[in-house]
Amino acid sequence: MAAALLEMRHIDKVFPGVKALSNVDFTLHAGEIHSLMGENGAGKSTLVKVLTGVYPKDGGTIHLNGKEIYPKTPKDAQEEGISTVYQEVNLCPNLTVAENIFIGREPRRFGFIDWKEVNRRSIELLKKLDVDIDVSKTLDNYPVAIQQMVAIARAVDVDAKILILDEPTSSLNEVETERLFRIVRQLQKQGMGIIFISHFLEQIYELCDHITILRNGELVGSYEVAKLPRLELIAKMVGKNLNDVKDMDKMAEKSVPSDEVFIETNHAASTGQIKDVSLQIHKGEVIGLAGLLGSGRTETAEMMFGLKEVTGGSLKINGKDEKLSNPMAAMKEKIAFCPEDRKLSGIIGDLTVRENIILALQAMDGMFTHIPYSKQVELADKFIDKLRIKVSDRDQLIKNLSGGNQQKVIIARWLATQPRFLILDEPTRGIDVGTKTEIQKMAVELAKNEGMSVAFISSEMDEMVRTCSKLVVMRDRKKVAELTGDQISSDGVMEAIAGGEK
Amino acid sequence: MEKLKNFTSSSLFLPIVALAVLLIFNGIFVEDFFDIQITEDGRLFGRVIDILTRSSSLVILSLGMTLVIATSGIDISVGAVVAISAAVVCTLIGGRGDGVAETPMALAMLASVGIGILCGIWNGILVAKFKIQAVVATLILMTAGRGIAQLLTEGQIVTVYYKPFASIAGVIPGMPLPTNVFIALAMVLLVVFVMKKTSIGLFIQSVGINPTAAKYVGINVTLVLFLVYAFSGFCAGVTGLIESSLIRAADANNAGLNMEMDAILAVALGGTLLSGGKFYLGGSVIGAVTIQTLTTTLYALGVSADQLPVVKAIAVIAICLIQSKKARDLFDKWKSGRSAKAVTADAKAVNKA
Repeated sequence: MAAALLEMRHIDKVFPGVKALSNVDFTLHAGEIHSLMGENGAGKSTLVKVLTGVYPKDGGTIHLNGKEIYPKTPKDAQEEGISTVYQEVNLCPNLTVAENIFIGREPRRFGFIDWKEVNRRSIELLKKLDVDIDVSKTLDNYPVAIQQMVAIARAVDVDAKILILDEPTSSLNEVETERLFRIVRQLQKQGMGIIFISHFLEQIYELCDHITILRNGELVGSYEVAKLPRLELIAKMVGKNLNDVKDMDKMAEKSVPSDEVFIETNHAASTGQIKDVSLQIHKGEVIGLAGLLGSGRTETAEMMFGLKEVTGGSLKINGKDEKLSNPMAAMKEKIAFCPEDRKLSGIIGDLTVRENIILALQAMDGMFTHIPYSKQVELADKFIDKLRIKVSDRDQLIKNLSGGNQQKVIIARWLATQPRFLILDEPTRGIDVGTKTEIQKMAVELAKNEGMSVAFISSEMDEMVRTCSKLVVMRDRKKVAELTGDQISSDGVMEAIAGGEK
Repeated sequence: MEKLKNFTSSSLFLPIVALAVLLIFNGIFVEDFFDIQITEDGRLFGRVIDILTRSSSLVILSLGMTLVIATSGIDISVGAVVAISAAVVCTLIGGRGDGVAETPMALAMLASVGIGILCGIWNGILVAKFKIQAVVATLILMTAGRGIAQLLTEGQIVTVYYKPFASIAGVIPGMPLPTNVFIALAMVLLVVFVMKKTSIGLFIQSVGINPTAAKYVGINVTLVLFLVYAFSGFCAGVTGLIESSLIRAADANNAGLNMEMDAILAVALGGTLLSGGKFYLGGSVIGAVTIQTLTTTLYALGVSADQLPVVKAIAVIAICLIQSKKARDLFDKWKSGRSAKAVTADAKAVNKA
């Protein structure tokens, strides 16, 4: 085999109280697409951040093309030819596409920025990626998928030898993902080494040649994709043997809903958001809201939580007409809502895990009361234990937890209010396989054991098929189909989304 | 040892160090700095007492400012509101030379505090309801406020001859300290009590850190914002009373001048980030006292009033640098470096053995 492009040896990284990486090796060859796998908190991001100079390493060596490098800042790493496209697009939405691509390294003429050149080269770069847009418009004019392409264009232009893609597909639809893959393969052919991080197993098996697995900051091993069956991969990631994983994948029996309806909407509409949604959610039912991004599934959930006004049709709770004018009104009806964007509308980063857990309950109690500290501790500990949230202690800041654990804290926040109806909007996005299954199981168990109504929204079809007793399919802000019992299958949903024509 | 460690990593550590350094400096260079004497009628007397008395206005203002800043807002109108409040109380009591009050003093005081709250409510409505940026919203009252005060006093400096009025910022016979110290203390206790007994503090922080998420858990963000501005107005109203009583007059041009900046500085010195979120009331109080100590020190060292701002600025730069993130990092590094050295020294000792 040819000499390695990148060799990371015996990498150590210690955070206060935690050993984030311990003696990790990682090798990347030119023209290789290499996936970095592991559960949340396994050390994938930390390894990438050490490589890109975001964190200084505490031990070990990094060799690029046989020469030792010491990236101290992201700029250092970039100058060495290591480019990164992060999960959240980190460009400036109020700058133009061209400015975003060349910010910080604008071509100059007589000391002034040569705007003509900037625009010309931007168009050229994007053409290579099959993107044909007006580069003089500001970035926020374009959908996330295009923004992602712009980020990649920026990354590959800096003569990158290594391109790191951290969860690049989590906000892309299938067509866009395909396009991204085509570009990645093209870059691979040019001899670039690519590190691809994703939670989607399908995509990894489709795209990657090699997989390096981390667990709890340690190296589990490096494997060729073709020789590693999926189940074995999952087993290695979670550190269990194969049979346990097979069990885990088998879903418990679905919940059987009771006849009582908890909430129903009748041709409900919300100006500019939802056109026509009629649905009934029974007690003890797990209902899935399926549809593509922008189909109105999140908006429907937000309407049931008082975030979107009902402007047409009706919304009934326990048979009574209700007007939910704000979240508090919905909370008083015992409705809970875990929002889609965890970082933006879920966590309160600088507060502790305990404070985040009691916050919704405290809001319901009112501003002028105070849950006694001992009660807060009791609640926090109960849910940390029950949902198996990995924290060093309850007064750790939530922003320092991994994504999966943050999600669990948000769920705990709502379970603390003892809701009758729990809405989970994309609860498993960006979360490792083990935690995903845990959350799915929990949704079913809450419905089964406590008679709670649960609405489950997800972009992953098989997840919904496994979890939900009823599936409402949405398209163009309308309900287009309702599937129950045996009708619930990936094919069925696809058909309904595609237009129902057989 | 453990306690010491907790203390050095606590948020109050650096503000306290900054104040302590100033006090030690004073102790060495200013004669009789720490001397406290008791007069015949039981009053306490001395430079330290002086600092405490003079900082009470700033302490009160910085309480309100802390909560506003915690919601990631700012209130630059407080200085002007102090002037309005002073104008109200003085015009109501009136400048009659025979020393008779035109309106009962209690009523006049209530009215001036009420006017402060009203100003706060105005700011609150602009920021919370109309979603105008805090700087712009409070800038309105900052510029208009002194004009309003001028209207009230009809362009005159209203001097109050009514005797009891002086006791707000003076000593009531039989008390050891001037009244304004007690007022400031009561305000601090009030705020601490409210923070301890309600969850307003938690909600303020939530709104400051992530307003969207705060809304999604059912917190009434508008109400929280409204309340902090109203409270800041209340603080400014009370300060107006003290400031006017101090000079027994309402000076629309100079009452509370630049105090909003000192209050913001006090909050910053106390460790609360201007970007909002976590707030430290204790830190702000210490910050306010630090600023006053600095002024008193410089006067005591003979710096003249017109050069004072320059020297003060230099001292403030030093204090801010000590508390900056970079300095904190360096300090942490130094600490961990020391403990690492201790470990290697131990290891060497073991090896030798």
